[in-house]
Amino acid sequence: MKAYDLSELAFRNLRESLLRNSLTTVGISVGVASLVAMLSLGIGLQQLASRRLVRSGLFDTVVVSSRRDFRGFGHDNERTATSAAESRVLDESARGEIEHLPNVVEAYPDIRFFTELRYQDKPQMATVAGLPASAKINDAFENMQGSFFSSETAAEAILQKSFAAELLGKTAKPGAEEVRVSELAKPLLGKDLIMRYAERVAPIGSLPTMSDIESPSDLEEIANPEDNAYSVVSREQKLTIVGICDLDPDSMHGAARARVFLPLKLTQNLHVMQPTDLRDTMRSFSNQPIYSSLSVRVKNPKQVLSVEEAVKKMGFNTFSILDATRSLRQFFAVLDLFLGIFGSLALAVASIGIVNTLVMAILERRREIGIMKAIGASDGDVKKLFFAEAGAMGVLGGIVGVALGWAIGHAINLGTNVYLKRQALPPENFWSVPWWLVAAAVAFAFIVSLLSGLYPAARAARLDPVQALRYE
Amino acid sequence: MTPGPEPSSANNACAVRTDSLCRHYQMGQTLIRAVDGVSLQVRAGEFVALLGSSGSGKSSLLNLIAGLDHPSSGTVIVEGKNLAQLSRPELAKYRLRTVGMVFQSFNLVSSMTLAENVELPMRFAEVDRSQRPQLVREALDRVGLSARMTHRPSELSGGEQQRAALARALINRPKLLLADEPTGNLDSRTGTEIMDFIREFNQSLGMTIVMVTHERALAERYAQRMLFLADGKLIGDHANPSTTAVATPGEHV
Repeated sequence: MKAYDLSELAFRNLRESLLRNSLTTVGISVGVASLVAMLSLGIGLQQLASRRLVRSGLFDTVVVSSRRDFRGFGHDNERTATSAAESRVLDESARGEIEHLPNVVEAYPDIRFFTELRYQDKPQMATVAGLPASAKINDAFENMQGSFFSSETAAEAILQKSFAAELLGKTAKPGAEEVRVSELAKPLLGKDLIMRYAERVAPIGSLPTMSDIESPSDLEEIANPEDNAYSVVSREQKLTIVGICDLDPDSMHGAARARVFLPLKLTQNLHVMQPTDLRDTMRSFSNQPIYSSLSVRVKNPKQVLSVEEAVKKMGFNTFSILDATRSLRQFFAVLDLFLGIFGSLALAVASIGIVNTLVMAILERRREIGIMKAIGASDGDVKKLFFAEAGAMGVLGGIVGVALGWAIGHAINLGTNVYLKRQALPPENFWSVPWWLVAAAVAFAFIVSLLSGLYPAARAARLDPVQALRYE
Repeated sequence: MTPGPEPSSANNACAVRTDSLCRHYQMGQTLIRAVDGVSLQVRAGEFVALLGSSGSGKSSLLNLIAGLDHPSSGTVIVEGKNLAQLSRPELAKYRLRTVGMVFQSFNLVSSMTLAENVELPMRFAEVDRSQRPQLVREALDRVGLSARMTHRPSELSGGEQQRAALARALINRPKLLLADEPTGNLDSRTGTEIMDFIREFNQSLGMTIVMVTHERALAERYAQRMLFLADGKLIGDHANPSTTAVATPGEHV
């Protein structure tokens, strides 16, 4: 029998007992809907979590330090691999080389220093760090009060909440409720902060004129420019407070984490004396700045390991937080499996409905099957007809079910967002129906229906026409 | 499979032959010999009536010839094919192309219109869709039902339903028409009408007819030969002088 005739006969048979077949199809729809709703929530939550992790900047960042830097995070055996004295210097050329490694988005110097900041003539001590422009999308700044830096060299600062509280003298006592960021932001935003710092003035060897030299002792110092001497000058920089952030953007650096952030370019231009500078004085070969460490941002958390390997081969120490997305994916694979199993249960019940409907149809249409066989229908024709009916109910139920599941997921998402809003939390989209889920759900419903049709179809095909025709 | 019967070659060729044909059923402890060693021959183009009281095995014999049932032993050869040796798909094809059947209870599909009922065998035979409406109209025209094409069987009289069943039996142009008590559910006037159609198919199309009936008068009036069955055995074979003389193809219409 041709496909066209088959589908025509199947659909006319489905129409004949419309109510029963519709109810069976609704059963499949509910099954598919529960499957789709469950899985779309699972997938959505996974996407949300991955998005959060990637944006946190914790899992796509590799910290690179020189092997001669004992402050580095590397393990002992790695440090001894090359003797500290022979290892490479982390200078601008090394930075450029790392930035050109595959899968690396950017490599920026990690500039941080502990210094004094004055607010309304009251001094406070804090660690200050430079932030690249790309940090703007970092999760920690998502709910920031105020705004991100207006430019890469603007004399502006973003404060971490706890430091802001200290400036205002509002440090929360243990156990007491934390102060809201918005309360801290109001008096601080737009105000000025005076930062005192130690500027490392360029090596004298590079100074072009002798006019700067005022005393004989100075002359002695510059007698041999190869000695690479430099001077340290105390300076002040006025900063405007533009933002207060709730979260800790620098949590990766543990105890050394900064609480005041400046634009990276500005920090570089200030030539702030770095703690490592003193030691490097003994080995520096050029006038180039030497970085104590670099932060390397990788395209995807999955590529952190390979980038780390490549950087190690160049002779540096590396540090990264283990690829957390891997265990995250594992967790969600298990979660999706469970959600899928629970979702499938409803579909399993629906498939029993198909079997029931088709077996009933055989009993009801016994005579009709006998007639068809008597006038020349083969076993295969009868079998195909029942399969077509089961398959049609499956596809129809699948399509309706996907729409229903989509609606259910949407409703849950909407309801949760209403709840989140009441809790003064930002709305989140933790629900996703990718196109492959739509296709897979319909295909799954189709396959389950065909499997359910297996037994009824075989039974109908085996029917003895002589007996079927005798049946009234 | 040839597209249709050829009246010219009909008279002496053998259309149906059975040899010691048996069909036994096991019913609990007892063995029922529905058909018990029947050997008969039907010539191509012949109109044969199978007569016997109910339970004599005439319907069982017809089902064996129709390929709806498998013999317990013996052979049944139709158009050169031994049905006992055919596979299930081959038997289905045989029923589709070689034989047409009409039944006492008409056996039309109640959910389909007359046109759809007549079209149904063509769906299984995979006849081109564009040809079907024309063939359906012709077939229903032949039995005088072209005005009732869109009616469902329940909206028709018994005679009309049987005529539709005849149109359906003819649609794939079989060589052999098997009729199982075709007038059993009809009054005598309508029955005569149906029998006239069957005789016309026999004479103008040269179809071989095997008809089961328990009405001897009907058989004497239309059949060329009468075979008598009792307890599954063939007990008589009488040529019918009143009809054999006029059974020349094409003469009667």
